[in-house]
Amino acid sequence: MAIDFLYPQYEVIRNPQRCISCRACERQCANGVHHYDVDFGCMMSDESKCVACHRCVSLCPTRALKIVKTDHTFKENANWTGKAISEVYRQAGTGGVLLSSMGNPEPYPIYWDKLLINASQVTNPSIDPLREPMETRTTLGAKPQAIERDKDGNLVDNMPPQLTLNIPVMFSAMSYGSISYNAHASLARAATALGTYYNTGEGGLHQDFYQYGPHTIVQVASGRFGVHPDYLNAGAAVEIKMGQGAKPGIGGHLPGIKVGADISRTRMIPEGTDAISPAPHHDIYSIEDLRQLVYSIKEATHYKKPVIVKIAAVHNVAAIASGIARSGADIIAIDGFRGGTGAAPTRIRDNVGIPIELALAAVDQRLREEGIRDRVSIVIGGSVRNSADLVKAIALGADAVYIATAALLALGCHLCRSCQTGKCNWGIATQRPELVKRLNPDIGEKRLINLLTSWDHELKEMMGGMGINSIEALRGNRLMLRGIGLTQKELDILGVKHAGE
Amino acid sequence: MKKVYVNEKWCLGCHLCEYYCAFANSGKSSMIKALKDHHIVPRIRIEERGNISFAVSCRHCTDPLCVKSCISGALSIVDGAVFIDSDKCVGCCSCIMSCPYGALSHNENGVIQKCELCQKNEFGVPLCVQGCPNKAIVYEER
Repeated sequence: MAIDFLYPQYEVIRNPQRCISCRACERQCANGVHHYDVDFGCMMSDESKCVACHRCVSLCPTRALKIVKTDHTFKENANWTGKAISEVYRQAGTGGVLLSSMGNPEPYPIYWDKLLINASQVTNPSIDPLREPMETRTTLGAKPQAIERDKDGNLVDNMPPQLTLNIPVMFSAMSYGSISYNAHASLARAATALGTYYNTGEGGLHQDFYQYGPHTIVQVASGRFGVHPDYLNAGAAVEIKMGQGAKPGIGGHLPGIKVGADISRTRMIPEGTDAISPAPHHDIYSIEDLRQLVYSIKEATHYKKPVIVKIAAVHNVAAIASGIARSGADIIAIDGFRGGTGAAPTRIRDNVGIPIELALAAVDQRLREEGIRDRVSIVIGGSVRNSADLVKAIALGADAVYIATAALLALGCHLCRSCQTGKCNWGIATQRPELVKRLNPDIGEKRLINLLTSWDHELKEMMGGMGINSIEALRGNRLMLRGIGLTQKELDILGVKHAGE
Repeated sequence: MKKVYVNEKWCLGCHLCEYYCAFANSGKSSMIKALKDHHIVPRIRIEERGNISFAVSCRHCTDPLCVKSCISGALSIVDGAVFIDSDKCVGCCSCIMSCPYGALSHNENGVIQKCELCQKNEFGVPLCVQGCPNKAIVYEER
């Protein structure tokens, strides 16, 4: 056997005084880490297979297990870190592109954490959301550019189609294929109960989920999987995916092994074939081409559904967004470099794109300067982790946010970042029936509703503290933010003052 | 009346219900004390083959064959649930033979045991239901 240069990243620590050898860990680990040794009469583990998903830890009835990072070390080197060395070993062993999942985990700046929120004191009263009305409902879509009247002087209803959100948070695009049927069911049911929207991703809409259509955003991506007139008309809005924060500039690849009967039917591709999304839309090479697709979709949906164009946050995002606003899109969705994925080349995930906070501020500013901010709504995603991030995003100019990683965490995801293996022990990023059934949508729906209900409470508390009682009054209200530990350039881009100013 | 119902669609085959059952009826203060180095004889059992699994415990039938077959009057129906009086049980196993679900068994001492919905132990609500990670076992009115 060739020498394996790689040492396992984690250690499985089992407290022998607590372990009752119930073997739940063994039965629940799709990676085969645990086994019961008859000769020794105890549980054993092979930590080289451990991905640190914590399924065993969570289910252990006596809390006998924990996973720790190994302290096995290379000779210390600030340049050639253990991670850098191991990645070279892995590529030298396989000759392949390194794959990763979920969002960029590298220690780049998190601008949310360098922004502070204002509160009222003395001169302007704060509002108690438990005693006074507080509006967190918001609408997305192009707003009328002028008041129109008919010949009798009556107002003409010229309001373009809108999405109404009870809370300014939607579940962002995750395809059926990248996530399981039960994960989709949980998202669809929770979005319906909460009065918001979930997004099909590029994998089409399973026939069972057409019933949630009024709370569904259907996506059209470069692979055009599962796109047909009924699909476009089933949702409340249609999203054209131009890019994804985790992997700007490249397409997608759902391995054939995950394309079972159900996914094959939903995606309208043969069973067992790889579902490959090209990097570009082959019919879009300019804003004019994009406009054609936007209007093709509007035509197909009888001008009754808002059209969203989703892009990854990249260097010229403000100019691109300006073009999109002029292309006829009703909503622009921007996905930051921390955005998640079911699989992406590691080098792209970790090195391409820009932080969503800077992209959002730049886009909002540019659209205002050009006087076209009202022509589109802005939705941002790419690591909105909590209600404080949400408040900061709205204050920087977003109309609403997309969450996906947070939603998956609510469903049980432990961010082990091994989605690409298809062996998700939590039943989320897998298509294996015995794993998919581990996510009971009755539980998943409830946990998603709990998450957003708590965020809504916190959002109202923070808005109340600022003396603001509606999302409209917070949107783009950058005076409610102050930067901390930021350079003047960063403050200029974000359009906020430094704390103390 | 509330009973324990099983939904095999969500059963993961983790067998935790068996361990929670054994603990609930052990009279011990912790699961570790009750089950460490201990062969368990639970009153709920997972039946499984391949990827299909489900828990089997007493259905508390409306017309229970076990009660009819009991020669010593140890089994009785109280408020719709079937209970066993171990002092009366003579260990003839007629109930085991007659139960179509295989829900009765011997305990470690040869006395017949069955699910009594945790009504006789300190928990009061079925611990298998509390311990099920995926709501495959529920305790509800139907």
